[in-house]
Amino acid sequence: MSLHSSSFGRSAAHWTPNAHAQFLRHRVDDPSVGAAFIVAFPLLWALLASFKTELEAVAFPPRFVGFSWSLDNYRQVLGESDYLGALRNSIIIAGGSSLLTLLLGVPAAWAMAFAPTRHTRALLLWMLSTKMLPAVGVLIPIFLFYRDWGLLDTHLGVALLLTAGNLPIAIWMLYANFKEVPGEILEAARMDGASLTQEILIVLAPMAAPGLASTFFLIFTLAWNESFWTLNITTTDATTLTAFIAAFSSPQGLFWAKLSAASMLSIVPVIVIGWLCQRQLVSGLTFGAVK
Amino acid sequence: MSNIVLERVSKRFGDTLVTDNIDLVIPAGKFTVFVGPSGCGKTTLLRLIAGLEDIDQGRLLIDGADMGQTPPAARGLAMVFQSYALYPHMSVRANLGFALKVAHTPPRDIAARVEAVAKLLDLSALLDRKPAALSGGQRQRVAIGRALVREPKAFLFDEPLSNLDAALRSQMRIEIRRLQQDLGITAIYVTHDQAEAMTMADQIVVFREGRIEQVGAPLEIYRRPTNRFVAGFIGSPCMNFLSGARAAAFGATTIGFRPEHLRLDASGELRGVVRTVEHLGNEALVHVQLEDDTMITARCTEDTALHPGAPIAFTPDPASIHRFDQDNRALDVG
Repeated sequence: MSLHSSSFGRSAAHWTPNAHAQFLRHRVDDPSVGAAFIVAFPLLWALLASFKTELEAVAFPPRFVGFSWSLDNYRQVLGESDYLGALRNSIIIAGGSSLLTLLLGVPAAWAMAFAPTRHTRALLLWMLSTKMLPAVGVLIPIFLFYRDWGLLDTHLGVALLLTAGNLPIAIWMLYANFKEVPGEILEAARMDGASLTQEILIVLAPMAAPGLASTFFLIFTLAWNESFWTLNITTTDATTLTAFIAAFSSPQGLFWAKLSAASMLSIVPVIVIGWLCQRQLVSGLTFGAVK
Repeated sequence: MSNIVLERVSKRFGDTLVTDNIDLVIPAGKFTVFVGPSGCGKTTLLRLIAGLEDIDQGRLLIDGADMGQTPPAARGLAMVFQSYALYPHMSVRANLGFALKVAHTPPRDIAARVEAVAKLLDLSALLDRKPAALSGGQRQRVAIGRALVREPKAFLFDEPLSNLDAALRSQMRIEIRRLQQDLGITAIYVTHDQAEAMTMADQIVVFREGRIEQVGAPLEIYRRPTNRFVAGFIGSPCMNFLSGARAAAFGATTIGFRPEHLRLDASGELRGVVRTVEHLGNEALVHVQLEDDTMITARCTEDTALHPGAPIAFTPDPASIHRFDQDNRALDVG
């Protein structure tokens, strides 16, 4: 903010063509407000719908104000269906898979950043390329394996799949972050007699904390919102919130208002976590961008 | 006090041989400086000694024991890095005590040794600060303190002063040297600055392209360089070289003479025109273009009135002329 106002003040004092361009650049902020509105619109729509009756929710033209606000949908979602069970499953699966992803990703990213070989770059690209394949392509084999191994509809089964899916992204993010940490500091730790575990936990981790936090938040969100696998390999015991929401578009009919209420309820935990680590996130996502 | 011996040490990075068959003795309790242009292998050799890189061939002996396969910390060496490499999230106290802490030293002993080192380096008032709140010179002292606290067999310095400004650099130069002499500890110091090498070393090792060009005491290297590279690299401003007929008259392919060994002499054989004069106050460096367009530099007193464009003539001191053969080896040093 201070940077914004100071450069603005300078451009007002010396009105040169350059300063004019600078002024115009500040005006670009205005369209960004519109863009933010477009991005948030579906969310706003769902938020409003969650307070409507089912009839009002499907009414056309839609009404944005002047409908009868009610908490009935929330009451029903919380009371008559197993929201808390699904919430519990989501926390276990998203939390567990994210921790496991970090547990595997940190050593992998450490090796790639600080002990690279000739194949490191190719390996990174190859890992990312697996993310470019459609998940549905491996649905049948994985389903069959899971059936035989007894992993269908289990926390462990879903968490392992999400870990495998998110690991490439986590390693990429951590790798980019670790590359910003001066290698000499880790070498100093080695000279000081730190073991590899101490080097990673006591020296590297605190320095890379923002990067670790933003990586954790990203993969947690991805795992939390994942719906392809949760819909296909869970039925009752390991149903997550995404599968729970989808259940409101059932053969008996599409319940928009209740679906919206369930969606809102499943968004809340992520928003809370995001809010709590906001500062870490900002410095993590822009890590190394400004020095 | 420990001595370090390198026997036929080689290291490759891919296809590049960065140190080539190095044989070297680092005497106990002495200050040895590795000097050379960048990319000459001096830092790699230091890292091989430290254990931060693996030796491909040859042996590293510390006090007679082969340390080639020993992990860095177990070699008993301490290193001061170019970037200081302090732990940014720890206080000065924690930085100094880190090595002792990971070695499971009792907390009371850690505190005592940290305090002692802090006192020695004048860091006592800064113990609770984070590195970010220190000046460059203070960070440098913490980096040295961190090495000192382990009571190492030898100190390894990797261009530790290159991030400091000139005034602080010359002050730290003296402090490091004094500390090393007071403690009588073996030290290896890597620099590309020949002035640092000259002023600090007991023994200078001049490197070029992965090989040792010359080993010796500073004045010995200055006065009796064994080849043209060392002659040109050590000394500032650097030695003047002449070849062709002038060198042939001395029975050499090239002759060299230092700027201070030129005497103003109106009938001298080296005639030319003054191009620029650098006034240093106590002396002036005169850059002269000779009749055959060779540029030479002479050290003159400030009372000689010299102006760009003025004709000038010198005679080199015949006793201080260095002669080199066609392979650039010195002819008079054996």
